[in-house]
Amino acid sequence: MMLAPYRVLDLSDERGLLCGRILADLGADVIQVEPPAGNSARRLAPFLGDEPGCERSLYWWSYAANKRSITLDLACADGRTLFERLAATAHFVIESGRPGEMAAAGLSFERLSQINPALIVVSITPFGQTGPYATWVASDLVGMGLGGFMYVTGEPDRAPLRVGFPHFYLHGAAAAAAGAMLANAQRALTGEGQHVDVSCQEAVARSLANSLAANVMEGAVIVRQGSYRQTGADTFMRITWPCRDGFVNFQFSGGASSGQSVNNFVRWMADEGAPDDYLLSLDFRSMGYGMITNETLERVVPPVSRFLMARTKQQLFEAAIERRILLFPVATLGDILQNPQLQAHDFFRAIDCPQFDRPVTTLGPFARASATPLKGGGQPPSLGQHNGAIYEGELRLTHTDLIRLRSAGVI
Amino acid sequence: MQPLEDLKVLDFCWVAAGPMTTSYLAEYGATVVRVESRRRHDPLHTSPPLAPGKGLNRSGYYGNYSANKYALGLHLGSAKAIEIVKRLVAWADLVTENFTPGTMERLGLGYEALRSVKPDIVLFSTSMLGRGGPHSKLPGFGAVLSSLSGFTGITGWPDRDPTNPYGAYTDFIAPRFALASILSALDYRRRTGTGQHIDMSQLESALQFIAPMLLDCANNGREGSRTGNRHEAAAPHGAFACLGEDRWVTITCMTDAHWAGLRQVLGDPAWMQSERFSTLLGRKHDEDELEAMLAASTRIWNAEALVQALQGAGVPAGVVHPNKGMLADPQLQHRGHFVYYDKPRIGRHAVQRSEFRLSRAPAAHNWPTPFIGEHTRQVCRDILGMTDAEIEALIEAGVLEVPE
Repeated sequence: MMLAPYRVLDLSDERGLLCGRILADLGADVIQVEPPAGNSARRLAPFLGDEPGCERSLYWWSYAANKRSITLDLACADGRTLFERLAATAHFVIESGRPGEMAAAGLSFERLSQINPALIVVSITPFGQTGPYATWVASDLVGMGLGGFMYVTGEPDRAPLRVGFPHFYLHGAAAAAAGAMLANAQRALTGEGQHVDVSCQEAVARSLANSLAANVMEGAVIVRQGSYRQTGADTFMRITWPCRDGFVNFQFSGGASSGQSVNNFVRWMADEGAPDDYLLSLDFRSMGYGMITNETLERVVPPVSRFLMARTKQQLFEAAIERRILLFPVATLGDILQNPQLQAHDFFRAIDCPQFDRPVTTLGPFARASATPLKGGGQPPSLGQHNGAIYEGELRLTHTDLIRLRSAGVI
Repeated sequence: MQPLEDLKVLDFCWVAAGPMTTSYLAEYGATVVRVESRRRHDPLHTSPPLAPGKGLNRSGYYGNYSANKYALGLHLGSAKAIEIVKRLVAWADLVTENFTPGTMERLGLGYEALRSVKPDIVLFSTSMLGRGGPHSKLPGFGAVLSSLSGFTGITGWPDRDPTNPYGAYTDFIAPRFALASILSALDYRRRTGTGQHIDMSQLESALQFIAPMLLDCANNGREGSRTGNRHEAAAPHGAFACLGEDRWVTITCMTDAHWAGLRQVLGDPAWMQSERFSTLLGRKHDEDELEAMLAASTRIWNAEALVQALQGAGVPAGVVHPNKGMLADPQLQHRGHFVYYDKPRIGRHAVQRSEFRLSRAPAAHNWPTPFIGEHTRQVCRDILGMTDAEIEALIEAGVLEVPE
């Protein structure tokens, strides 16, 4: 595995779990350090079989797979001492507490670096460690709004809209894995660790395509357009279209590839006996990407809509593949499970878990590597599953001490 | 010092996901040689916003992703060009590309070919659907993938059509996974001497961002639904209009304390004192009415003032920023998120920094995104050791390109 020599101590909750999951998939030994009552993500829906339970959260399954678990109460002296012993030989610590929370627990970056100068500490927060919002409280919705994403997503006659699954912290946590590996590259040169300060707000800001540039260069305020998309001051494209049994994504735009795709579509309409003279008179390939005006769109949408509404998403998709048209179904979750490309990659895997009454389906890895394959989704650790291996096996606590710490609520 | 100052990258990436991935490498010190030709240029060159004028190198979208890279103008359509590429492969540690699978192979630049030039090369490939499988070679990009990944289907209002999240959304998810795996592969190579080919399906990386819902469907049979801005275990949880045109504030009450803070800030009007709104279950039960009453209360507030008051009371709340609000956001300014450059053709434009600060690794912001071929002579002379006469002859022959 690419990261086999590295150990990660993961203190994060649902706001940061993906960071350690990425490093675990790449082969690092990621130890989730959980409060004795369990990581808060274990209490998040959905649950396997719709039965709430600390080993059944599918959120936990998604972002804690391939990790190990120990329990430890960092608020007490014994807990802190044990954590410091682990930190002395670890390579990374990941945390997602409020700025200052680690320091309040006696585990500031400065303190941890004294114990282990090569340690990389990764902090994932909504806005970063310092600055006017550093102490603000956030939620996914608040973050997606302050990250600029909601304003441009949704319908023009309604409130700005979030993405239908919480993405704010996932953006930051995924970026944190990249930041951790940058710090690791520097450690390879200098032997020194450092503090990686991740802002989820900045991570979302990097997901705004050309919207920010449109204001810097044209003074344009990009607004949400429902099925359409505003690309500049006076330019638009259409993205989502209804069809007979659902919706398709057909990027109706100019540009080298989108424009060629629209040209191919116009030809298909003609071949099927629905030629449109105005559409046939245009060459979308020679128009710039996203450069169609509203006037043009108003003329072309009705005939295109009629053509799409007469066909199912599967019919449209099959023809699109054949004619090199950039048209895809708007997938339901069920469609994704049946996606032939994902099936060919063996992306969804059912794994046997003795403690549950049936196999559990999980996702495959996010990438494939020729020499050192990544791990896909396995079963996540049960609460404190590796206490014995770490505390007795590595830190050489006696079994009597382990029982003592358990009774005292430290582990 | 910078973490990647010894790293040499030969970069064929174009559009958004690829160039954004290699932008982090350039920002943290790598020598990134970006290969591009005017005759088959990055489609973002013609994507808005475009500065006034004619020709390429005017797009603010394109300009966001290649600052601090070296631009080699090279048309891949000749044997001589492929020979030059192979000399650069011998120089490089890492080659990056996001063409449709099969393109590099057709150019004679597949992984095996690169490996025969440089046995320990790391090749990073990313495409919409990855290598292998019936749809591998389908062309497409991020806005399409938002629909294949299920994001579109679950985003929107329950009584309306699904809504595509803004932009080529998945293009901006993939780079974080890409960068983590590239740097891991390079670390493995440093330790073991072994290179490899990483192939990333942007669908498969994007699906990690919806994994719990997919597991719910696969294991519990539950199909996703569109719920607007609502949250199953919080209320209120939405965006509410304030004074001014299209001004909104998000408010989320996840706990009793948040609800109490909201009541206090709004002056505890009679409707908020109602018994049925005192519990989460009560607020969820009458959420339509709750939202209507709350919207009537926020409408008289200035958005920034309301957010300051709510944050002061410990309630998660924020302004819904339009693009211009992002550019003026005090927190983003504190982080120095936007780096502004002025350059001929494109004019004044912004480049976004990475979303992390490393305490011992400064980011480099030395030059803006170059014109196609801006560093052709420099790359050929300093990296490949060509003479000026050789370089000028290859420009004359149309193999190499320099800015017009």
